[in-house]
Amino acid sequence: MKNKSLVSISDYSRDEILKVLELAALFEARPNRPLLRDKVVASLFFEPSTRTRLSFETAINRLGARVIGFTDSSSSSTTKGETLKDTIKMVSNYADLIVMRHPLEGSARYASEQARVPVINAGDGANQHPTQTLLDLYSIKKTQGTLDNLNIYMVGDLKYGRTVHSLLMALSHFNPTFYFVAPKELAMPREYKIFLKERGIPFYEQFEMGKLDQADILYMTRVQKERFSDPMEYERVKNAYVLRNAMLAGTRDKLRVLHPLPRVNEIHVDVDSNPKAYYFEQAENGVYTRMGIIAAIMGLEAELTNN
Amino acid sequence: MPKQKQLQVSAIENGTVIDHIPAASLFYVIAILGLDQIPNQTTFGANLDSHKFGKKAIIKVADKFFERDEINKISLVAPHAKLNIIRGYEVVEKRDVTIPDEVVGIVKCFNPKCVTNNEGVLTRFRVEDKEDLALKCHYCEKITSRDELQMV
Repeated sequence: MKNKSLVSISDYSRDEILKVLELAALFEARPNRPLLRDKVVASLFFEPSTRTRLSFETAINRLGARVIGFTDSSSSSTTKGETLKDTIKMVSNYADLIVMRHPLEGSARYASEQARVPVINAGDGANQHPTQTLLDLYSIKKTQGTLDNLNIYMVGDLKYGRTVHSLLMALSHFNPTFYFVAPKELAMPREYKIFLKERGIPFYEQFEMGKLDQADILYMTRVQKERFSDPMEYERVKNAYVLRNAMLAGTRDKLRVLHPLPRVNEIHVDVDSNPKAYYFEQAENGVYTRMGIIAAIMGLEAELTNN
Repeated sequence: MPKQKQLQVSAIENGTVIDHIPAASLFYVIAILGLDQIPNQTTFGANLDSHKFGKKAIIKVADKFFERDEINKISLVAPHAKLNIIRGYEVVEKRDVTIPDEVVGIVKCFNPKCVTNNEGVLTRFRVEDKEDLALKCHYCEKITSRDELQMV
């Protein structure tokens, strides 16, 4: 993993995923470890994403490194017409690591090929957001004690939601059973169902959540009105994808509700006080997971496991 | 004598004849192989009758022998093309084209939000399905299929 860019979740093997999660747990136990005091990390946000940026910058600061960069492209030379290639070439002369968010799909892979230093993809359009996936995995492992043999419910927009696609691919290393709950218009795309079939991973598709008594993880996503070609259809189905506290009665003790946030109304506020609600802790886990990723890439593994 | 008015496509002494090109793909093949840039004597025939395609195209290039990698590039637009290698007016070898595992710089990515369509990046695809043709973009990871195929 040392010096290797993280662009897509498929860049990491099962063992590499588990290694990052192990390091993340060390950081959760003791968050302030200024192991990167002499390093500079570039945080290049070509489009604003406050949540992801603050999480990364907190992780970088807790590791003791300095941050340079910009928070949206209007304050960078992109507005003067500089190409992505030139920006990356220039920044990789200054920094030891690049964290990049960019609206174009594939931009992170391209940047990783142009940079002399490793690149961490903090989201490239609708394509990949691997650090979100790793923090989801960290949250699942922490609450379930394992990633193996879990019943995973994915609810809401399974067509456009990149987080569910990446999570599905990452969990495929761990023998899961999937339950896809989505309206017809937002069903899991065929390519992912083929991916699961090829690996012999069972999955079930349903239009409603139904009984949740076998679920270990309930991964909720936002159903956006503008995704529907027919607004009537949206009105018809919207309530089927809202989680209410009463629906969690009779579920497993270990069940946890996850959501990549921001939520709108797909999780009713009456769920928030239920101990099975985990979405706010999930966001906190993002900092430790990103520390783990940075530590792995910067080659701090030996130093961490010896202390 | 009407025969004299008929233009004969002459045989070549040494070189390559590319046969069974779908008529509509002729100019793609010319562009992909860069035949508009070479000094060799070259003959093109378009909309010739063919049992296989209805209409086909043919290309004869004198004193030119293609590398396998080079010629496989045309497989995307002319999957049934046949190569006849000519030496001393004789066909010494016949070859088929095969779809390669990787396609670099020929095809445009179908995704308008892909970095290759916005930042002048050379396209690169992994061929996931050779039968139905599914090209997976190395950058945005989206699939471009035969119906969406456009040359750069």
